[in-house]
Amino acid sequence: MASEAAAPSGLQIHPMDQFVVHPLFGDGPIHWYTPTNASLWMLLTVVAVVLLLVIGTRGRAIVPSRSQSIAEMAYGFIYKMVEDVAGKDAVGYFPYIMTLFMFIVMANFLGLIPMSFATTSHIAVTAIMAMAVFLFVTLLGIFKHGFGFLHLFWIGSAPLILRPILALIEVISYFVRPVSHSIRLAGNMMAGHAVIKVFAGFAGVLGVGAVAPIAAITAVYALETLVAFIQAYVFAILTCVYLKDALHPHH
Amino acid sequence: MATTTHTNTEAAHGADHAAEAVGMPQLDFSSFPNQIFWLIVTLVAIYLVLSRVALPRIASVLAERQGTITKDIARAEELKQAAVDAEAAYNKALADARSEAQEIIAAAKADIQKELDAAVAVADAEISAKAAESEKAITAIRDSAMTSVTDVANDIAKDIVSAVSTAKIDAKSLKAAVSSRLKG
Repeated sequence: MASEAAAPSGLQIHPMDQFVVHPLFGDGPIHWYTPTNASLWMLLTVVAVVLLLVIGTRGRAIVPSRSQSIAEMAYGFIYKMVEDVAGKDAVGYFPYIMTLFMFIVMANFLGLIPMSFATTSHIAVTAIMAMAVFLFVTLLGIFKHGFGFLHLFWIGSAPLILRPILALIEVISYFVRPVSHSIRLAGNMMAGHAVIKVFAGFAGVLGVGAVAPIAAITAVYALETLVAFIQAYVFAILTCVYLKDALHPHH
Repeated sequence: MATTTHTNTEAAHGADHAAEAVGMPQLDFSSFPNQIFWLIVTLVAIYLVLSRVALPRIASVLAERQGTITKDIARAEELKQAAVDAEAAYNKALADARSEAQEIIAAAKADIQKELDAAVAVADAEISAKAAESEKAITAIRDSAMTSVTDVANDIAKDIVSAVSTAKIDAKSLKAAVSSRLKG
């Protein structure tokens, strides 16, 4: 590839610059309350959610408009997921899962806008959500089943000799859940955006030859659009799976 | 591949000088409290919007639509039943009308037949009366003709007899002779 030859000398590609959190106003230190680009794009997700689910459905039409259709589809999609994966008794937790899903899907799509900031590419954001899910689900399981919750780790259908080993594996996998849950989302987002930025850096120095990296950017962008939705879906469905484990710890 | 590695090492290198420039901004812990705070604000805001406004509204719209669809289907079912009933009624009415028409036709036919029979009987009677009358007239004519013939024969016979002989004509015997001749 010609781009590889051109890349080393003098080429300055900073694929990670897009993830830097900086204050919106001025250049001071970042306190917990400082309005930053991260907070701006998080609040824009709220705006997007309001636009789609509140403004989009204000007609309350029996025959829905386009935006109302999408809002209803999102509602039905997550509602059915909660019902199918976590069980009928889990529909009470539907608003929480819908909140997570809407935030992630909107943040992912907003992050795809050029020059924007992908909030979900930050491990701090995804880890907080994953930990919240983990703690909530664990406490819910203990609260609902007490000691019975430990049946999740003690697999009754396995031979007795294997049970301690399986229990160990189950415990480890249980505590790894929030890690994989959060890194999966942040990693996907970060990788996609960084790859696009790297190709964009090539395009900047190649002149006419930039056609190749631009084609690559287009392809990766299409893939990222898919990933943006799929990762939100995966995060939501894993939350449902964990919720199911908490509500029905018996295998 | 080589490029990516190069960029990464460069990036890692750069992280030493300026924390803000390159490296993994995701691992810059100084921004964590800020992101976490704003994330919580965002999630609470979205949760409130969803649970207070959006989800109840969408749920009610979906329920309403389901209700409308169910009602419409029931109504369609009703209308379909009504249409079936109407068709049955129509067919029944058609059959009734047909049989009534048959009855009327039969009655009309019978009436016409009766009238016809009566007319034929009247005509027959008239014809037979006329025939009898004619016959009588013919008989009368024949009788009168017969008488005339007898008279004419008598006259002619008298003339003939008086022409061929001079004998006195006995009127009685002449008549008897003529009538015996006429009969014979």
